[in-house]
Amino acid sequence: MLNQLTLTELVERLEDRQVSSCAVTQDCLDQIKRVDSELHAFLSCDSEDALAQAKAADQAMTAGVTHREKPLLGVPVAIKDIIAVRNQPMSCGSRILHDYLSPYDATVISRLRAAGAVVFGRLNMDEFAMGSSNENSAFGPVRNPWDTTRIPGGSSGGSAAAVVADECIASLGSDTGGSVRQPAALCGCVGLKPSYGRVSRYGLVAYASSLDQVGCCAKRVRDAAVLLEALSGMDPRDSTTVPQPVPHYTSALTGEIKGLRIGLPKEYMVGGLDAEVETAIKAAVKQFAKLGATVVDVSLPHTDYAIATYYIIATAEASANLARFDGIRYGLRVEGSDPAELYSRTRGDGFGVEVKRRIILGTYVLSSGYYDAYYLRAQKVRTLIRSDFLKAFEQVDAILTPTTPTPAFRIGEKTGDPLQMYLSDIFTISANLAGICGISLPCGFTRDPKLPIGLQLQGKPFAEETILRLAHAYEQSTTWHKERPRIGERK
Amino acid sequence: MSSEIDLRYVAQLARISLSEEEESVLGSQLKDILGYIEKLKEVDVAGVEPTAHAFPQTNITRRDEEQPSLSNAEALKNAPADANGLFLVPKIVE
Repeated sequence: MLNQLTLTELVERLEDRQVSSCAVTQDCLDQIKRVDSELHAFLSCDSEDALAQAKAADQAMTAGVTHREKPLLGVPVAIKDIIAVRNQPMSCGSRILHDYLSPYDATVISRLRAAGAVVFGRLNMDEFAMGSSNENSAFGPVRNPWDTTRIPGGSSGGSAAAVVADECIASLGSDTGGSVRQPAALCGCVGLKPSYGRVSRYGLVAYASSLDQVGCCAKRVRDAAVLLEALSGMDPRDSTTVPQPVPHYTSALTGEIKGLRIGLPKEYMVGGLDAEVETAIKAAVKQFAKLGATVVDVSLPHTDYAIATYYIIATAEASANLARFDGIRYGLRVEGSDPAELYSRTRGDGFGVEVKRRIILGTYVLSSGYYDAYYLRAQKVRTLIRSDFLKAFEQVDAILTPTTPTPAFRIGEKTGDPLQMYLSDIFTISANLAGICGISLPCGFTRDPKLPIGLQLQGKPFAEETILRLAHAYEQSTTWHKERPRIGERK
Repeated sequence: MSSEIDLRYVAQLARISLSEEEESVLGSQLKDILGYIEKLKEVDVAGVEPTAHAFPQTNITRRDEEQPSLSNAEALKNAPADANGLFLVPKIVE
């Protein structure tokens, strides 16, 4: 079962010619056939195209192309359905784009291809990346590989579930308020959100442009480091990408973390935190101290305002970004007697309820008479949240928190109360407002039922090397990442 | 700040038609959410500059040279209706 290999293990075996890209790609496709009727991580998968890419990768290896030149040569990477892949469908989990075919590759896809990856599959997600549970997918939710009655997290639920269920070697997702880190925590894999500007957003369908960032889900920290290096860099097609050079991220994985300082924000260990999550995080803190890191308390005084700030800024940006879905140039069109009626009917029929809720909220906070009270005030509080982090990073190299306050909840448990759903993003949302980087990795399991628990490390802007180094040292000193769900074994 | 929202008016601004059921559910949910958002009033923001982007970059331009882009056929591939190489839309001006 080559699909169970980590990215790093697979690359070693491909280099030694012990396995072929065709064989591992076929094993991923077989695993999708075996388990995806239960999981629903994939909206679609073009097997023929995947195998053709794998064959080309094998031919390249035969012709002498090495993994030094193309670090992902022959590695099957699955893609969230919000990232454009030329001639493949892209629905963003929405009925309004149900028959859309991307006319071009996103920059991250071009970069994956340049690195030799087999780019395949369309991973299920909350509609337009709006959601924390995957229940907002117009095509039905993804299920958690550890317990299929539970949510996988969102919005990149398909990206995390597919990695954990070995349906792919790694995957791309997008993270606007925790959408890579939160499902990674709830499904039990590594989820990385790069600093804002590190990775191009060209070809990522925009939800909230000042917060969106492409991230990845992987089985190991080292795998995420390899992917980040392939994805990062300035892009003339995204003016928000930064000119900072791209480090050789795997070189940072020395296992040595002595002298690094980790901050624990006192505002995060508060009410609503599940007892087993708290226990796991406290044990992880001890482990980091044992490995030689210095752990100190820090304060992020505006933490309590992050969710309110996010839901003003993100919805305001979404209301503008999603104006493009009007039934004129692409997607669903519902006819009307005049253009205004056509727009309203198209959007009324095409969008799901969460997307409508957020567009309407965003329209309201930007509307005449409310702009200063809501949007401008939120932008000012955003400044305060950001400076909280920058001040804390004067004292510490990374900030450690739980990724989520609770383990995966049941499907349907929070759908009636969107505000409660929003509150579950408390630990991840600030990183996007501040533009910093963050990673989630496994740090334990609840007892009964057995569900993954994730820990989050947040780092200074463009200090991905530091959080990867810390995460890798912790991972290598624990065994949580080796646990596998039993999905597919029962049959 | 007021937590009152004229849902029909805002939905019309956003060009989203809502069913009666959606109106009643969204109305009460948005009231809750706006009530929660009220807490931002507690924060002293006097003298604080707004943040629109975490790392603002300015004057990012490229040379004004023609570059390859989508062909007409590719641009129209996803159009709900097209004719003569153009997007077809309902009549706007009488």
